[in-house]
This record gives sequence, C-alpha cells and structure tokens, in this order.
Amino acid sequence: MGYTISEKILLAHTDKKDIKPGEFIEADVDLALGNDITAPLAIAEFKKAVCTGQSPQKAGHPSIKYDGVPSCKVFDRKKIVLVPDHFAPAKDLRSANQCKELADFAREQKIENYFEVGCMGIEHVLLPEKGLVGPGDLVIGADSHTCTYGALGAYATGVGSTDLARAFIDGKCWFKVARSLKFVYTGKLNKWVGGKDLILYTIGKIGVDGALYMVMEFSGEVIRRLPMDDRFAMSNMAIEAGARAGIIEPDDITFEYVREVTRSQSSAENRRDLASKTGGPPKIGETSPAKLAGHKVTKDKKFGSLKSDSDAVYEKVYEWDVSKLEPLVACPHLPCNVKPASELKDIKLDQVVIGSCTNGRISDLRIAAKILKNKKIKSGLRLIVIPATQKIYLEAVKEGLAQIFVEAGGIFSTPTCGPCLGGHMGILTEGEVCLATTNRNFIGRMGSPQSFVYLSNPAVAAASAITGRITHPEKI
Amino acid sequence: MIIRGKAHKLGDDINTDDIIAAKYLVSTDAQELGKHCLESIRPDFVSRVSAGDIVVAGKNFGCGSSREHAPLAIKGCGIQAVVAKSFAGIFFRNAINIGLPFLESAEVDDIQEGDSLEIDLAGGIIKNLTQNKTYSAQAFPEFLQEIIAAGGLINYIKRRYNLSVQH
Repeated sequence: MGYTISEKILLAHTDKKDIKPGEFIEADVDLALGNDITAPLAIAEFKKAVCTGQSPQKAGHPSIKYDGVPSCKVFDRKKIVLVPDHFAPAKDLRSANQCKELADFAREQKIENYFEVGCMGIEHVLLPEKGLVGPGDLVIGADSHTCTYGALGAYATGVGSTDLARAFIDGKCWFKVARSLKFVYTGKLNKWVGGKDLILYTIGKIGVDGALYMVMEFSGEVIRRLPMDDRFAMSNMAIEAGARAGIIEPDDITFEYVREVTRSQSSAENRRDLASKTGGPPKIGETSPAKLAGHKVTKDKKFGSLKSDSDAVYEKVYEWDVSKLEPLVACPHLPCNVKPASELKDIKLDQVVIGSCTNGRISDLRIAAKILKNKKIKSGLRLIVIPATQKIYLEAVKEGLAQIFVEAGGIFSTPTCGPCLGGHMGILTEGEVCLATTNRNFIGRMGSPQSFVYLSNPAVAAASAITGRITHPEKI
Repeated sequence: MIIRGKAHKLGDDINTDDIIAAKYLVSTDAQELGKHCLESIRPDFVSRVSAGDIVVAGKNFGCGSSREHAPLAIKGCGIQAVVAKSFAGIFFRNAINIGLPFLESAEVDDIQEGDSLEIDLAGGIIKNLTQNKTYSAQAFPEFLQEIIAAGGLINYIKRRYNLSVQH
C-alpha cells in the first residue's frame, strides 16, 4: 500500500520503517516557530524544565549534558524561528514585555532567525520569503496558520506553546498520523477568482470540521496552474476546516519559487542590505546566505519523491469543476458560512482590511491597487492595507501601489498581524462591519463581540472599499 | 483517574476566540486568564462555575487558534474536565500537553445543564449521577495516557531525560 506525500514526509523524519494513519509517532522537526503571543509560554516552560541548575543524568543532547553540568541551551539554535508579529510593534506595555522576552531569549540562545521590528513581517509570509521552509520539510509552529507552508510541499502544522517548549529541548514533536483527504479541482478559474475563493468554496462545502484532524491535499489541473501566492492562501486556511495540514505536491511552480527565493537571498545587493547600518556583520535576525545554500533546491531524490503514491489511501476524494466559481465571501460568524459576493450587495461596511498571512502578499496588493487606481473609497469608510513583510512593503512603494492606496483615501501600514485577531491597527466597536482578506470571522474576532467580519479575496475587498458595500469587482 | 463535577453545557464549534479573546493574550497566568473564560458568548459563565465543574460541549470544541491560553483559561476558571462530541486538533494537543483532562463521547446531547457527572478517564466511561445513566467515551491511546499520567508533556519529557519533575 502506497503513502501519501504527508505520510512520506513524516516517515522521513523518524527512524521508522513504516507508518500508518492513526498511530502516534515522535519525529525530528526541521524548524520550530513561535511568535510574540505563543513563544513567551514556551520560553517559560523551557527554562523551568532545563534551566534549573540541576544535573541531568542522560547523555547525548545539547540541552542535557552528561558531565553533570546543566545546560540551558536549545537543541539547535539554527532550527528555531521567533517572530514578533501579532502585537508588534508593541501595542501596549504587556505586549512590549512579551516582545522583549523573545528578543532576550534569542540573544541568550544565539538564535539567528529572530526578526526584530524592522526585519519582521507576518510569520507565514516571512518564512517562505527568507527561504526558511521548503519542499519536504517538517515544520511545527505555535500558530494555527503554520499550515501555510504546505503550499510548498512541506508538512507544516500548528502546535501549542508546550509543544514548542519541548521542541526547544530536543527538536522533536509527537504526532498522530492523520488520514488524508484529496481535493481535485478541475476546469478553469474565472477572472477575479483565485486561491482564496477556492479555499472558501472548499470550507463552505465541507464545514469547519470537515477535515477534522486530517491532512487536506489540494490537487488537480487548477492547482497545477495556480501561482504560489494563491497556493499559500489555500494552504493557510486548511486549519479553518479543522485540518492538521494543507499540502500541495511541489512542482515546477514550487521549484521556481524556491530557486527565486534562494537567488534573491544570496544576491550581492541583498548581502549589502543585510549588513548593519554601521557596516558591521549581519544583525541578529538576518538570515545568512549560508543557511539557504544548504536548502535542497536541486531535483534530488528527496524532491523527486514528494508526490503521493498512485496507490495511496485517502479517507475521501472530492472532485470539483470550479469553472463556474464566482468570488466568494464568508459571512459572520464562521468561515464556512460562504456566499457569492454578488449576493451580498446590501451589506454596508465601516472598514476594509487588505493584508494578513492569507492575502498580504505582493500579488494581493497588485490586484487591489489595480481596482483602486484613480478611485476614491467611500466617504466614512476605513481602508487599512497591510503588506505582510518589509520586502513586500518596499515593492508596493516602488510599484506605486502604496500611493494608490493612500490617494484613494486608505492607509498603508507597517507589517503586522494587527486587526486580523483583534490586536491593534483597526479594532471594531459594537455594530461595526468589516470586510477583510483575513482568515477567521468568529464572534469578536476583530474587536467587539457585537461586530461583524466578512472574509473575501483582495479584489472583492478593494471593490467594496469603493462602494462601501460588498461588491463584485466586475461592478467597478 | 475519576473526576466528579457539575455539567455546564455548550454548543458546537466553540472556538478559541470564544474561550479566551485575543486581547487577553498578554498574560500566561491561568488564574488571570480564567477570569475571562467564554466572556464574549457567556458573560456569566465564570461566575456560575464552581471549582471542579465539567464542560460538556458539542462537536469541534476548541477550534481556531493554537493559543494554549484556551485550555489554560478553562483550567484557570475552575473547570476540571471537558467532555465533547469532538475536539479540534490543536486544542486536543494543548489539553493533553498541559494536563487538562478531556473525553470524546457521541452521547453528550443527553446530558443536561447542571447534571452531576462522574468521569473515568482511563476507562472512557461517563456516569450521569443525576439521570442514573452511563455513556461510553473514547479512551486515550497508551501514548497519550502516559503523557497525561506524567502530568503533561514537559514532565513526560523530563522523566525521559531523568530530570526531576515539578508538580
């Protein structure tokens, strides 16, 4: 019996000869990620466990030294990533304390991949951009949208702070091997329809627990033609159907993306940017080209086998022709409450947010800017545009997109998760309605429990900012 | 392990924003978080809970974010166990890892608000002492039972590496 791609990746990270759904395993992770709201707990648990001054008895581990000298060191400082992106730049005193805990820990442990404000971006856009995740990797993150990297053909899954603390100690994580669901998308996408709509369609069909504790595998001709940014949007929201992972077999599009990232990370210009302002060595938080050189970008055996076997077993296979798909919107208060945008033109809006780990990438901003160019947003409406990383921020400035957003009457923010989880930079009060390119619309998600959040792709968001109501982009 | 307590009934898809709103994710203290447990959807929940009570919920309990603050808030407000039709994946992990007892049972609809329950975690049995009924639940696999018995993941790992365990 064959394996699915997710089973292969898990198996490759253990010493086991065989793997089957339902069993519990412990595997070595390639990367462990935390942010400013999840890492503080993990750091505290880690320190309580191994920074106690007592002598551990068992040999063979960086945290646990045999010679009686207690070690308070993480398992591998190169395999940990810390990103203060949720309540950063620090939104208040307690958030500032949490951010400082990350900075202090990164310094003590000499963790290279700590991205201070100025380098930081929304983690699930930043990590692929920096070449820290790639096909075949096993990645855990103390953030539910870690599943985003599944778009690169990695097994990437959200875990908790204690899982992260454990990984700090020995680089391992326990997993229950999940069954896989296969989604085959056929046909041809209409204009204005992209990855966000595909995943909203999917969650609308199967429900917020339709993939509970499973791996979603996205495939089919539509996926094969889908650009990377749209793939990231899809994998990003696998968690909203309850999935442990949302994976896309790597192909030439993936391969080209990874090559481009490696190129841009090791280019001479980038090396100059990486040097500190005083001309010294790269600051903490700037990825070294050496790290990326080690990344498997060649079509070696590992990459070549990153496909599900033809006799792999799936819990269920869904096959959908998406040629008639229109832009979709998830209505309050669940991501599965999906309707076509064209049916929601009576919904008046107070705020529109374009950004987040779902749709804060350059192609999202380009789509929005194309619609907003030489237009003004509805008087009284707040348009908040948040590029996901500094690189995207600068690209948007260079391409004139930032100017378009501001001249239309919107604001252009520094990278942050901000309003997506009701943190800062655009909280809703009672009765307010927001259309956002984010990924969750539970009660109170963006502020008051008496506010309302609709989810859409960037084109619908931009069009709606102009009219002040939920609008199909064709109408603009 | 046997747990006894009064049932508090919740519906389907109780998510992590319901359990603990993002604005409180500036604290890691279970007691402090517990004060705001389920605040957005049940403002009176915390005041109605007595230490040792049990949450009984529908499907997909704990869906949404990975915030470990969610099971911490539940523990912090005095709830000692959760029974639900199904649990969301990351919440499942977090509850195991921090030692919040929970069980999955298809028969929860029968339980009424305020019923007195007795839960046998290892055996996967729920007794409704008020209605004099017994329901079956999914007992945990051995690996998870070991983590729970150790009092959570960190203690389990410390035992493995022979570090002294804090309770």
